[in-house]
Amino acid sequence: MAVLDPVRPAFRAVGQTVVPEAARLTESEWAAVEDIVEQALATRPPRLQRQLVTLIRLLQWLPLFRYGRPFTALDPTHRTRFLAAIQDAPVLLLRRGFWGLRTLVLMGYYARPVAATEIGYQADPRGWEARRP
Amino acid sequence: MTERVYEVVIIGSGAGGGTVAQALAPMVRDGVRILVLEKGPRLADGEFTGREMEMATALYEDGGGFLTADGTMTLAFACTYGGSTVVYTGTSLTAPERVVRHWNVPGLDHADVVRRSEKYLRENNVHLLGPDALNDNNRLFVEGGRRAGYHVEQFPVNVKGCRGSSFCNLGCPNQAKQGTNRVQLPAAERDGVEVVTRAEVLRIEVDRSVVVRVGEKPAGGKGAPSEWAPGDYRVRGKIVVSAGGAIGSPALLLRSPLPTPRCLGDGFTCHPALILVAEHPRAITNDVGHPKSFFVDRGAEERFVLETCMYFPFTTAKAITGFGAAHSAMVRAFPRLQMILVLACDHATPGNRITADAAGKPVVHYRFTPETVDGLVRGTVASAKIFFAAGALRVHAPFADPPLIDARDAARVEALITTRHWRPGKTTVSAAHLMGGCGMGRSAADSVTDVWGRVHGIPWLRVADASLFPDSLEINPYVTIMALADRVAEGIREDARELLA
Repeated sequence: MAVLDPVRPAFRAVGQTVVPEAARLTESEWAAVEDIVEQALATRPPRLQRQLVTLIRLLQWLPLFRYGRPFTALDPTHRTRFLAAIQDAPVLLLRRGFWGLRTLVLMGYYARPVAATEIGYQADPRGWEARRP
Repeated sequence: MTERVYEVVIIGSGAGGGTVAQALAPMVRDGVRILVLEKGPRLADGEFTGREMEMATALYEDGGGFLTADGTMTLAFACTYGGSTVVYTGTSLTAPERVVRHWNVPGLDHADVVRRSEKYLRENNVHLLGPDALNDNNRLFVEGGRRAGYHVEQFPVNVKGCRGSSFCNLGCPNQAKQGTNRVQLPAAERDGVEVVTRAEVLRIEVDRSVVVRVGEKPAGGKGAPSEWAPGDYRVRGKIVVSAGGAIGSPALLLRSPLPTPRCLGDGFTCHPALILVAEHPRAITNDVGHPKSFFVDRGAEERFVLETCMYFPFTTAKAITGFGAAHSAMVRAFPRLQMILVLACDHATPGNRITADAAGKPVVHYRFTPETVDGLVRGTVASAKIFFAAGALRVHAPFADPPLIDARDAARVEALITTRHWRPGKTTVSAAHLMGGCGMGRSAADSVTDVWGRVHGIPWLRVADASLFPDSLEINPYVTIMALADRVAEGIREDARELLA
């Protein structure tokens, strides 16, 4: 079973908040994002994998206390507001947990070759030869 | 367990291990068997593709994201034939006199470090790149730095036939960078030194044997299979050299049943670094050309060094604080981004140390001191001034709230960028200059080794890597690692008759 399986909808909701363009990803593009994340997680200890799943569950259900709905049911504005509060939380554990989750999302999204092209990244092993006419 | 016998066993193949291997290689002619054990794989030239995740996974420990114990910083160090010399940018500086004086290691003379460094500067083809090889990202740093009143210097680099791929930190796809994988290790192998890759050293025993686990090549993974069949080995040696780096060496010695000094693991420093970006009004050449050609050294005065840099899409996105639309807009400005790396000159501090967990894996304990945070903040302020002086429209500064500073606020950067916005765990801080843990010194009371890398009380055990540094070097460390490893090799040659008897 993949690490993200139990929390996939919440992971994607966080993903769309971290990278708004992710809202336009197709199912197969999400699969590519999650494949990169799963590969990165595969080399990490099981304890860390469990901590990640626990954090995503926490992010999914914590908004119930503030907004009366889980994270996946919030509109984009409230999702952003909620994650901004977590990012600046006084508790280091929450801040660094969110930093780790955000890093995984950014990795999954921007490490795809198509995303690199989208942002105008053109590096080429041929270096100057590939750039100069 | 299979047994093998050698006279000299070198653990690690980076700047330290590669240097010792080459320096001792002439002894092979006298019948001395020398073995280098490298935990990582040996990649073929064609396997260096420049693809970010693919290469990071293949070359770095934990893909370059090795976390400190409290999770507030990532450490980047390579695990491959050639160690971190495969993934650095090739910047080649010699240890400053004031730093060696501050280290205060009896018998370590700055002139000796310089003399040995110069030998490797020549061997590694270190030189200044010509103006036609410089990209806009570097030119803007020079122009902005000079306008802002900083003394900008050019990095000598160790490249040969650089095509400007900009992939230095992912391993050069054109084999231009003269790391130990290109220079010292091939030379040592030609002289008869054996190098075994995918060989993880589990421990060093008191009888001078080294317990090694050789791994299989994972399905679909990069690199050649190990030179030895997978399995566990006991390698009997007479001299053992630990050159596994500032994380690897202390952890290995800590998990070995050896009477090592109590301060083993202490004194870890790493030049914590921030990647800063600024947006210009027009596209600039940034992802082509050597990425790191210039620097500003304010280490002595303000505890920071600035370097030009250019990173890859994910690494860049990770470095930009926050998330959402503003974050995306900055990443999407990639063709217009100028980048500067801020490195803090941290110092050895009680508590910042390497330990080993129950499984023997390294754990890095690191707390940011107020002085280190101050260095990062001062470096960020200086970078913002340079960015704006170079014509940037806006600057991303993680120590400002909000982190994006517009050009109309350029005169206020000192007021906007302050230590009060420092939140550990929020800002992306990473380090690649890992130092200390087996520091040199006078005796076991204050250090792990003597000035020749000889572990106090264990004359057959030597250390030859950045873990020898008693404190931060304040510059890019590989040349100094080579200089110290050269000393270690000389000490081994002098003691060889007695130790090999």
